[in-house]
Amino acid sequence: MGADGTEKSKTTYREAMREAIREALRSDDRVFLMGEDVGRYGGCFGVSLGLLEEFGPERIRDTPLSESTFVGAGIGAALAGMRPIVEIMTVNFSLLALDQILNNAATLLHMSGGQLPVPIVIRMTTGAGRQLAAQHSHSLEGWYAHIPGIRVLAPATIEDARHMLAPALADPDPVLIFEHGSLYNLSGELRPPTRPVDLDHAAIRRPGTDISLITYGGSLPKALAAADELAAEGVEAEVIDLRALRPLDDAAIAASVTRTHRAVVIDEAWRTGSLAAEVCARIAERSFYELDAPVERVCSAEVPIPYARRLEEAALPQTADIVAAAHRAVD
Amino acid sequence: MSLARPARTRKATAAPKPAKKTARNRQGPRTAPPADRSAAQHRANLLESLLRIRRFEERCVELYSAAKIRGFVHLYIGEEAVAVGINQALTSEDAVVSTYREHGHALARGIAAEAVMAEMYGKATGCSGGRGGSMHLFDASRRFYGGSAIVAGGLPLAAGLALADRMRGQNRVTCCFFGDGAFAEGEFHETANLAALWNLPLLLACENNLYAMGTALTREHAQTDLAMRAASYGMPAWAVDGMDVEAVEQASRRAVEGIRTGTGPHFLELRTYRFRAHSMYDPDRYRGKAEIEQWKDRDPVNRLMERMRENGEPVDEELARIEQKITEEIDHAVEAAEKAPEEPVENLLRHVTSASTGPVS
Amino acid sequence: MAEFTMPSLGADMDKGTLQEWLVQPGELVRKGDPVAVIETAKSSIEVECFATGRMGELLIEPGTTVPVGTPLALIEPAAEGAGKPEKAEEKPPVRPAPAPVSAPPAAQDRGHVEAGPLVRHLAERTGVDLAAVQGSGHGGRLTRTDVEQAAAATTAAGQARVRATPLARRLAAERGVDLAAVTGTGRDSAIRAADVRKAAPGPTAAGPRHLTVPVRPSHPPEDRTAARRQAIAGLMTRANRDIPHYYLSTTIDMAPAMGWLHEHNRRSPVAERILPAALLLKAAALAAREVPELNGFWTDDHYTAGEGVHLGVAVSLRRGGLVAPALHDADTLELRQLMNGLKDLVARARTGRLRSSEVSDPTITVTNLGDQGVETVFGVIYPPQVALVGFGRIVDRPCAVDGLLGVRPVVTATLSADHRATDGAVGAHYLTAVDHLLHTPEQL
Repeated sequence: MGADGTEKSKTTYREAMREAIREALRSDDRVFLMGEDVGRYGGCFGVSLGLLEEFGPERIRDTPLSESTFVGAGIGAALAGMRPIVEIMTVNFSLLALDQILNNAATLLHMSGGQLPVPIVIRMTTGAGRQLAAQHSHSLEGWYAHIPGIRVLAPATIEDARHMLAPALADPDPVLIFEHGSLYNLSGELRPPTRPVDLDHAAIRRPGTDISLITYGGSLPKALAAADELAAEGVEAEVIDLRALRPLDDAAIAASVTRTHRAVVIDEAWRTGSLAAEVCARIAERSFYELDAPVERVCSAEVPIPYARRLEEAALPQTADIVAAAHRAVD
Repeated sequence: MSLARPARTRKATAAPKPAKKTARNRQGPRTAPPADRSAAQHRANLLESLLRIRRFEERCVELYSAAKIRGFVHLYIGEEAVAVGINQALTSEDAVVSTYREHGHALARGIAAEAVMAEMYGKATGCSGGRGGSMHLFDASRRFYGGSAIVAGGLPLAAGLALADRMRGQNRVTCCFFGDGAFAEGEFHETANLAALWNLPLLLACENNLYAMGTALTREHAQTDLAMRAASYGMPAWAVDGMDVEAVEQASRRAVEGIRTGTGPHFLELRTYRFRAHSMYDPDRYRGKAEIEQWKDRDPVNRLMERMRENGEPVDEELARIEQKITEEIDHAVEAAEKAPEEPVENLLRHVTSASTGPVS
Repeated sequence: MAEFTMPSLGADMDKGTLQEWLVQPGELVRKGDPVAVIETAKSSIEVECFATGRMGELLIEPGTTVPVGTPLALIEPAAEGAGKPEKAEEKPPVRPAPAPVSAPPAAQDRGHVEAGPLVRHLAERTGVDLAAVQGSGHGGRLTRTDVEQAAAATTAAGQARVRATPLARRLAAERGVDLAAVTGTGRDSAIRAADVRKAAPGPTAAGPRHLTVPVRPSHPPEDRTAARRQAIAGLMTRANRDIPHYYLSTTIDMAPAMGWLHEHNRRSPVAERILPAALLLKAAALAAREVPELNGFWTDDHYTAGEGVHLGVAVSLRRGGLVAPALHDADTLELRQLMNGLKDLVARARTGRLRSSEVSDPTITVTNLGDQGVETVFGVIYPPQVALVGFGRIVDRPCAVDGLLGVRPVVTATLSADHRATDGAVGAHYLTAVDHLLHTPEQL
């Protein structure tokens, strides 16, 4: 990276996200950020640190601990012409606001016969890996991807953390952004995008010919590491980052499977009824005659994520699991 | 009706005193109470609004029985004074968020009977394009943000509409209707807290009809004085006779005026009663016939007519005129709904997202 | 006169039971008054009337279940409310209340399969889908033999299955490789694309990939059709083996029937027109009532007459095969009802939505191959029924009537009958009855 001489700067996923919010607040006075501890505290994961000082308490609003109501208030404000960014601390807490997200945000446009679009962006942390145990560690983004009427994004790179927010705010409909907790400290060089970032397409993070590793969010670094290991053994894996979980980029999945004829789907959520299951189903629907091996899945163990480090690691998809699954499909 | 006791919070103004004589915002929409000479006319207008809702819903019963209307249909009959009275205090700039028992709110807000009836029929010309039905009436042009069928689900939304107005310095009021059942939901308490905390221009209109579906108020609330409990959030709150349209109007004007002068959310507990079942039909096992009859003695339509009689106003002439006008209006609405086109099935996936006209993967 | 009808009290309500009248004939009722208590599946509800007036005749007794929309009582409108006419006045005169709907026995739920526990157990063990098997037992009940035959058909196909990946199958089809001859190197010896390439190297490895129409997998949805064919095969084999058939035939002059039909249809709107087939079916049904020896079942070496004439109507299915569901009480249906019943039955038979009672109830079956261009049909009886009536095409033929030669439309009616149950004289009686009935079409 960077060898081509384009302009670049060293940053982190967290800072990239903060920069995206700052840019949005600067460029559009309808935008405001609201959520628990986004102001004085600086955000539970430090994303909004410093924004209160820059934009003041009207636009960086600390809310009471009332997920349902501050998400609902974001929906109401969006209906009235604002462009709210609502932060929920973790996906587990978002269940308290699920009523508002499903019954209002995702539904109002249709239920009103097209009269009421809801241009809200809801951000939240997802995923495990930090020993936060069973009420702060789950990956429920697949549940949200089940819902028609919303867009679900999972930025897995610094570039996407930096550049997905602006098109999300421009979308007239609700957009949910899932930030995997283990990515915040990801650091690297941020290059200006060579083309506008879109919210519709999956990305090939590494091209390959022998097998497709299909993943998103916090599992992307693990999939890339697995691809390195496989390459050392002579297996060229293609790594697909879904980026958008709804709508799914069917064409990209099908194109990759058509190239490689084998696929491993990596999803930190539980296997049963999961987004991984959805991807597998679509491969079966669209690419059945391309398959030269059963599709493999690497998901979390079907257990509430435990606290103890060894147990937590055993519960989550690991690079070695991905490599093993790839071997089952290829060997 | 007992009045709420003042709550001991820093900005409690719970006693229902007339609103403080603060300087009126010049830009704020004004709705003055009717002057004396036009009081008779005003009462005639109120009577018309009440009867429009009553007759519309009576026709709905008939149409439902004939299987023209389907789904859940929740009738407002008996509670009409609340919708009509409160709407007197609102202007077209204000917003309304409603419940699933919202035919009355929609009609009082000025949505044409024709558009509502077409929606009941599920036709393309309905006010929600046939996608909502009885429980989900919408009209963005009238800032009517619809019937929400999730009890208390509309409250946070209303807080957000009010928040946007506050942030943009618009002197508008958002009125949220909800019932005594919603008062038990967390979303009510979260919203009351947030609205008071952020001083939002929100009118919380609690229609206390004594039953959350079939569960009586006393079986649902440890403390049944809802206004008093609302006042504990630090907002003016009081109870009103919801069977008296003029009393509702008076209280709403006072509350809305208070909100417009920047004193934050107000709460009205409108004590009312539905004469009919929770939904279209239910066996009414949870309440006695005698109780229903007792409340029917306080029928808001009859009460208003009695008052007009006492004042020597020409009730019978008005009634004949109004009944004929409304009958024609509703006949026309039914006829139009019968004839109206169905939304084509090709449009099934429209309005799922703003871009969607076809299948969405 | 206004009608008070069985109201619809919910989207899921199609009938209700009148529990109690709250008013008596002659009583004044006002719009909105509760007049009756209706019991639905959920609860008892007082229902109101939508007319003001004097209660007229009560048409339905308490305890009766009727469909939504059935008139329950009449209300004589009172002159109230500025003489606005009651809408109901414009309605046609009150019809007599339809026959009460009795609760169907639980066993007749749609999708229910008639089979005993042993047969079910066998089906489970052999992996046979009972819903796809045609029963040959009494009333269409599934027998052990039915399941064994279906299982045999399935296993035969199962053994031929080669384990190969979808891509390998596609390649094999493109290159004309017989997969049975390829050794698989994949998991559990599955044949993979590489194995096929090895067996028949393609044009060039880097050659263009043709995304041709994929080969059909060897287990197509036709499975169901195959199973049905198998079931028909079993049933007909049994019928031919066990039933000593005798066959009779007669040619019927259709001139009176066609003349009457022509006249009727000329006077009727399109929707109410009647096809000749309806006349034939009605005649067959009435004749079966007249000759009950042919309308029933032969089981356990004796004959039981059917209760009512439930005319089995042979319907050929688009994917092949046929079913012969019952047109219940066909002898009592008016021609129009019979027409509608027939249309509905054929449509549902072809979409697989028959009710189990329709499949199990026929007392005698009619097969009408007239529209296939056939003139004479000699059919095989559906056990345990004892007769099958065949009709061919109605054709113009020269024939002598009253000593003169003329061209008349005629149809050949045939009867296949079970000799165990009846003799030729009974069969002749039946065909004669059909002939007579078709000569007086106005009475059909």
